[in-house]
Amino acid sequence: MTAKRIVIAATALAALAAVLVAVVAWLNLRGESEGPVEAGTAASADAVARGAYLVRVGNCIACHTERGGVAFAGGRAIDTPFGVVYSSNLTPDAATGIGAWSSADFWRALHNGRARDGRLLYPAFPYPNYTLVAREDSDAMYRYLRSLPATARPNTPHRLRWPYSTQSALAVWRALYFRPGTQESDPAKPPEWNRGAYLVRGLGHCSACHTARNALGASSDMMDLSGGLIPMQNWYAPSLTSRNQAGVADWELAQIEALLLSGLAPRGTVLGPMAEVVLQSTQHLSPGDAHAMAVFLKALPQAKDEARAPALPLATRVEERGAKIYERHCAQCHGDKGEGVAGAYPALAGNRAVNLPVTANLVQVVLGGGFPPATAGNPRPFGMPPYATILSDEDAAAVISHIRMSWGNRSGAVSELDVARQRSSTMP
Amino acid sequence: MRTLLFCLVLAGGAAAAAPQFEDTMAQRTLACSACHGKEGRAAPDGYYPRIAGKPAGYLYNQLLNFREGRRHYALMARLLDALSEPYMLEIAQHFASLDLPYPPPRPASVPQALLQRGHELVTQGDAKAKIPACVQCHGERLTGVAPNTPGLLGVSRDYLNAQLGAWRTGQRRAQAPDCMAQVAKQLAPDDVAAVAAWLASQPLPADPHPIASLAQRPPLECGSAHFPTGKAP
Repeated sequence: MTAKRIVIAATALAALAAVLVAVVAWLNLRGESEGPVEAGTAASADAVARGAYLVRVGNCIACHTERGGVAFAGGRAIDTPFGVVYSSNLTPDAATGIGAWSSADFWRALHNGRARDGRLLYPAFPYPNYTLVAREDSDAMYRYLRSLPATARPNTPHRLRWPYSTQSALAVWRALYFRPGTQESDPAKPPEWNRGAYLVRGLGHCSACHTARNALGASSDMMDLSGGLIPMQNWYAPSLTSRNQAGVADWELAQIEALLLSGLAPRGTVLGPMAEVVLQSTQHLSPGDAHAMAVFLKALPQAKDEARAPALPLATRVEERGAKIYERHCAQCHGDKGEGVAGAYPALAGNRAVNLPVTANLVQVVLGGGFPPATAGNPRPFGMPPYATILSDEDAAAVISHIRMSWGNRSGAVSELDVARQRSSTMP
Repeated sequence: MRTLLFCLVLAGGAAAAAPQFEDTMAQRTLACSACHGKEGRAAPDGYYPRIAGKPAGYLYNQLLNFREGRRHYALMARLLDALSEPYMLEIAQHFASLDLPYPPPRPASVPQALLQRGHELVTQGDAKAKIPACVQCHGERLTGVAPNTPGLLGVSRDYLNAQLGAWRTGQRRAQAPDCMAQVAKQLAPDDVAAVAAWLASQPLPADPHPIASLAQRPPLECGSAHFPTGKAP
């Protein structure tokens, strides 16, 4: 190869690289506009209250507060497959919080996923959903956060592995998977459906858990709500589009609203991460918004029933052991035939959560126990004891397998390995 | 052999007839008694402390401490994450209200000199080492003071050792001012062993309940949580 050819090839490569960088940069900055900047006048009490409500609907407090920390002062570690992301301080402290942010800066973070200083934000902050939040709602949230007491807590630097730690990797990710958007109203659908769509897809960011992520942590179709394993936490957010999982197409609207508002409904109880969502967010929904969400969720297009291979019968040894443990530890509350006690202990016979193809939640509940959320509608919930210290992996696997194969349940065994993995990843 | 038979009888009893469902606090808090023993009487391994009969304010503060990361036990934190403060107080009041007999203490198996040191620290403290006597805050009978100060008898030596050790290292904390952290940091490792051994070897007095108030002002200020609005301990 002559020197001239090398120069031509190098120039072409450089030009291509420059074009790629320009495309990535353009993809990252598209859809940004300054919009009106809020004057620094004191907001009316009404506007602050509206913002407080919206901040609850978005459940900002859950991630932006560390255990035992000041509300909204950030610092909670969010474990991801790429390292640990720390939530930021949302209180109006000028140096460490959003005290120096304008309402336009705040809007750009929500809508475009960029911080005041221009840094690209990690999508652990669910701006692929929040981008749908309307500007006036963003402004109300901003006003509420600005009304909080200022807390000086410097943001904790993220601990991400290379290359995920770089802004250029994030720029490429955003070029591939993020596009700022707005929630367009569908005139063919009733207003409640449209309001529900706006809340579920946007501020409620349901898809952040209820949609599967690919190897780069992106949701291919972030609105499909067809269920996903929550990375690192090892809880499965069941599909909202399957009648065998958490779909509610055949529920009465009042029952869906009850589940969102109280955590308890005749055909389901929330536990685990969803219990915290109900506790901190959805129990505070206005009746109208709870209704709107229910209308939208009920109308979600339902997927065809997934074909599942018929479960193999349990080995006699496992079945006997499982039945014995069930009688000893479980039957007192859940009944000899898995019938449960209405309003207190869920029936296990025919229970969708018991029969999920992904068994993570069942193992979580048996090992770690838990309470449904204490809400206005269910202020004194009944609790499930943790069995992590009582049952060995073999015992837990046997009793879970027994439950999944009794009283009409035909969902197959859980292996000792499944239990061991879960125990080592999420239990003390 | 008698213990073994007793265990068999208990196990048989549990398996035979499931008790009827009753809408009671005991039923609602079965998640607690799985580890803390039937009715919160403590489990035999000594790791999970007895909670029955401890003052309500003390128990409520511990629930908050676990939820807010001042005490560390993942299973506890996880159980509490979805609860409200009024319900946590109700749970605390439920276990505080249980008036159950205490098992006899286990005889101490440590040298007499260590027990003697423990006795001294509990009843007189050590002025030179700036250690107040336990009785100055926990009551003459060591059964605690309502609503926030726990009794020190009827818990195992392992548990006492672990808690005092955790306080010394800052692993266990309380609301500020954290009086027990100040005391524990004055204790030498041998003092911890001495106090734990002596306390664990003492029987409960005839009246095992927390007293209503101390006769004298306690030597230290101790922090406690405010109760949820409209509730008293």
